[in-house]
Amino acid sequence: MAAVTETIRQVEQVTTDRYKYGFVTDIEQETAPKGLSEDIIRFISAKKEEPEWMLEWRLEAFRVWQTMKSPDWAKLKFPPIDYQDAYYYAAPKKKPQLNSLDEVDPELLATYNKLGIPLDEQKILAGVVAVDAVFDSVSVATTFKEKLAEAGVIFCPISEAIRNHPDLVRKYLSSVVPVGDNYFAALNSAVFTDGSFVYVPPGVRCPMELSTYFRINAQNTGQFERTLIIADKGSYVSYLEGCTAPQRDENQLHAAVVELVAHDDAEIKYSTVQNWYPGDEDGKGGIYNFVTKRAACRGDRSKVSWTQVETGSAITWKYPSCILQGDHSVGEFYSVAITNNHQQADTGTKMIHLGRNTTSRIISKGISAGLSDNTYRGLVRIQGKAENARNYTQCDSLLVGDRCGAHTVPYIEMKNPTAQVEHEATTSKVSEDQLFYCRQRGIGEEEALGLIVNGFCKEVLQVLPMEFAVEAQKLVAISLEGSVG
Amino acid sequence: MTAPLLEIDNLHVTVDGREILRGLSLTIGAGEVHAVMGPNGSGKSTLSYVIAGREGYNVTEGSVRFRGEDVLEMEPEERSHAGLFLAFQYPLEIPGVGTNTFLRTAYNAHRKAHGEPELDGMAFLKLVREKTKALGIRDEMLKRPVNVGFSGGEKKRNEILQMALLEPALAVLDETDSGLDIDALKVVAEGVNALRAPDRSALVITHYQRLLSYIVPDHVHILADGRIVRSGGKELAIELEAKGYQDLIREAA
Repeated sequence: MAAVTETIRQVEQVTTDRYKYGFVTDIEQETAPKGLSEDIIRFISAKKEEPEWMLEWRLEAFRVWQTMKSPDWAKLKFPPIDYQDAYYYAAPKKKPQLNSLDEVDPELLATYNKLGIPLDEQKILAGVVAVDAVFDSVSVATTFKEKLAEAGVIFCPISEAIRNHPDLVRKYLSSVVPVGDNYFAALNSAVFTDGSFVYVPPGVRCPMELSTYFRINAQNTGQFERTLIIADKGSYVSYLEGCTAPQRDENQLHAAVVELVAHDDAEIKYSTVQNWYPGDEDGKGGIYNFVTKRAACRGDRSKVSWTQVETGSAITWKYPSCILQGDHSVGEFYSVAITNNHQQADTGTKMIHLGRNTTSRIISKGISAGLSDNTYRGLVRIQGKAENARNYTQCDSLLVGDRCGAHTVPYIEMKNPTAQVEHEATTSKVSEDQLFYCRQRGIGEEEALGLIVNGFCKEVLQVLPMEFAVEAQKLVAISLEGSVG
Repeated sequence: MTAPLLEIDNLHVTVDGREILRGLSLTIGAGEVHAVMGPNGSGKSTLSYVIAGREGYNVTEGSVRFRGEDVLEMEPEERSHAGLFLAFQYPLEIPGVGTNTFLRTAYNAHRKAHGEPELDGMAFLKLVREKTKALGIRDEMLKRPVNVGFSGGEKKRNEILQMALLEPALAVLDETDSGLDIDALKVVAEGVNALRAPDRSALVITHYQRLLSYIVPDHVHILADGRIVRSGGKELAIELEAKGYQDLIREAA
């Protein structure tokens, strides 16, 4: 229909100037030479003043990585990545060994202000959020350290944790995602430059939401952050992560590793709003987002809940997973993935049931518009000892226009006859009739689409922490502006 | 004489290349209630969709003017802002969107279009509660997603609620009586009658005379084969009920 082609054209127009986070901050960078080698890794490790064991760990990861191949099983198309043509270390030149925010480069603070990150402590007090901001590869400032310290919570850049809490780091690092787990995890292990570290001691309910904002700024820079969160027995923590990057013509690589460990009766809630630059309307530029996120529900009655709203990146390869080891442990995955123009997303989860009476719940909402491809890929595995394991999976896809694709690839492996696994999947289109109905009531076409899509994602958006929910709703509407079909 | 509210002149409309309306003319004055009756396939729904601006209806000849303005040049939402309302024969479901949210979004879109400040959640809830109370609709309906899991009667009541909220100058009711039992029919008719005012008009499109016992029209038109073949007062509907479409259309021919 004419309306479809016209609205698709509109999408293409709107998309070009939509990415409002596409500014570059002019801060003097200190970069390592391009390329990847043992020397570069030694350089990074030295820069971070790391102990010897850490360097050895990295070098081992690098050796493993060199023997591996980039995975090709996902429904993604991209040219081979030249790993020698990127910078692996970029830090703002003024070394952020800071005692207070006053010492942070004002340019950097201005950037965060542009991003709307409440970095000044006043605002943070109001929002009750502690923020660790990772700029390119280095943590710039972790706010609210003292208040957290009172509660016994450690929240700091991981580079700092390696120096100050080596026992915790050595005990847990790569205990969930082994160094050689996959190509990108191995790469990350070799070259990661920073990220966040959280430890919540037994019985402590973290007094505020913890939050990290990641931003890739420098050109040709990969961002490899590493996050490690440990919730000790009976503790609770909610962690929020937001991502942006400036507009650039070339593709930038982001390969993060996130490891979560929940002990007996502990709960971790991990929320992501990912809005990396998706590339322009012709598919030029954008972030390649290859991320390994995994949680070990190690203790009995432990619980991990992943919530993600994925609207950015040219390519998303991401499967936040739960290994349900403890009896009665619970894993949850709530996801909204929106793709537009030439974006490709292959995302989902893995729920590995090992313990008895373990339960998992997967709610995935994929929205495809433009020429994009959106794949849900999920594994539910019930091992032999997982008596009475239960899983419920719901995968809904929504198509906007008629040139995009939605794919659902569930893998279900059952090795215990007492398990109950349910899988429901639907695919629907935003219908002309629904849009017409809204418009007849006076609601403009774009607002109507935002309304319909937000309704479609409601089950996921409502589990986001308050601070993110409103932002996510707006982001959902913005990502689809003009893409009425 | 003031200009008529709605003026349809020699309207020809094709759908997928087939001509459905073939020279339909109809004029509705302010405060008047008109009924358009016709057998299946006579073009009743096409008429309502063309007035409201649905895609896929191709006007090849003729005009539709609302308060003297060319409606056919307007987007559907602009027609809504101008005061045109269509009560759908089959109201659409919008999963996940609360009825209250939907109503407020629509109401505020109208306020914005008229340069008025939007109502906040509290003020709107107060307003919508007045409307639901007057229509005998339970507030619980406001929390449910738009039309999802609604019975046929509830869907139509929801249409009337929307109409009461937006207070259109012209309400087009497209076979609002279809699928309704007599109780639901009465509620819907009462809702429409409550909105009758000297400056508000209605176009009631229906197959049966039944609804017109409750919404008494000033004028009745018989639509057959894409044009109006006979017009008269409310007694025409009764005559139609007695004779049936076939005889009446034959007489008119």
